Amino acid sequence: MSQEFSFAFKKTLPIMTGFLFLGLTYGIYMNQLGFNFLFPTLMALTIFGGSIEFVIANALLKPFNPWLILFLTLVINSRHLFYGLSMLEKYKATGWRKLYLIFGMCDESFSINFATNVPKTVDRQGFYFYVTLLNHFYWVLGAFLGGISGSFITFRIKGIDFVLVALFLVLFISQYQVKANRLVALLGVMVGLFALFVFGAQFFLPLALLLMVIILWFAYRREKQHELNE
Amino acid sequence: MSLTNEIMTISIAAIATFATRFLPFIVFSGKKETPPFIVYLGERLPPAILGILVVYCYKSQLLQPSQETLFALVAGTMTIAIQFWRNNMLLSIFVGTLIYVFFGYIF
Repeated sequence: MSQEFSFAFKKTLPIMTGFLFLGLTYGIYMNQLGFNFLFPTLMALTIFGGSIEFVIANALLKPFNPWLILFLTLVINSRHLFYGLSMLEKYKATGWRKLYLIFGMCDESFSINFATNVPKTVDRQGFYFYVTLLNHFYWVLGAFLGGISGSFITFRIKGIDFVLVALFLVLFISQYQVKANRLVALLGVMVGLFALFVFGAQFFLPLALLLMVIILWFAYRREKQHELNE
Repeated sequence: MSLTNEIMTISIAAIATFATRFLPFIVFSGKKETPPFIVYLGERLPPAILGILVVYCYKSQLLQPSQETLFALVAGTMTIAIQFWRNNMLLSIFVGTLIYVFFGYIF
């Protein structure tokens, strides 16, 4: 196995645990709504975005409403716009892999690929690719297993989905430990909390991100001003 | 819903999801120079995004405080503490999750 693959595999171990578990939950959920296993499997493969797939599963039981689906998907997934802005540079010279890296840019792949300091001996592009591919694979596999087994799987450890919370915490700390990022990382938490309690759970994520961009715009303007004054 | 409509629903969701991921790369394609503010965002925004995602992980527990909230906060604090102490991501995540699962079983 290539070095890129083994490094990516090691970095995605927590995601393997989390995605298999959540994917399983999602597959079982769709199975119990009465869908054939192909539905969760193919949806995991083509949409590849956790929360929206649960929403679509429910929408499939209601009358056909393409505009509502479009609207919900765009709102729930608008956070990806901000990931894309952040990865413009890193994904620049990735060649044929680029389209797939963008397609597979879920919260976890984005966070790992952004926050990992790839060693010099490991090819960065290859690493990004395997992280994305492995995460995609874990999610599809979980959804498939859940969809095919339905409620037959009784072996489920309660609370194991905390791995994903722990993952984001650790990635957050890795940013916090970089001195230049410390302030803005903490600001993110504060803006997130503010948005959560003001706007509520449904739409807080895109609104918090938007608020953060506005704050950074003012910070940017001030920095420019300082440069001009000097 | 007919099978055709089901396939259409799933396709719309798949294409719209891809669009949200792809749009920035089209708007700021390599041909023109990326505006300086966008470059600035690319450096400054991700740490903030991770902060916001941490809040996202805790959203339901924060909005409806319960015993679970306390477990999640303690397990999260332990995860962070172990990360500062040993600087080993897999270890911190593993122990943090173990603590959370353990709480769920004993209480």
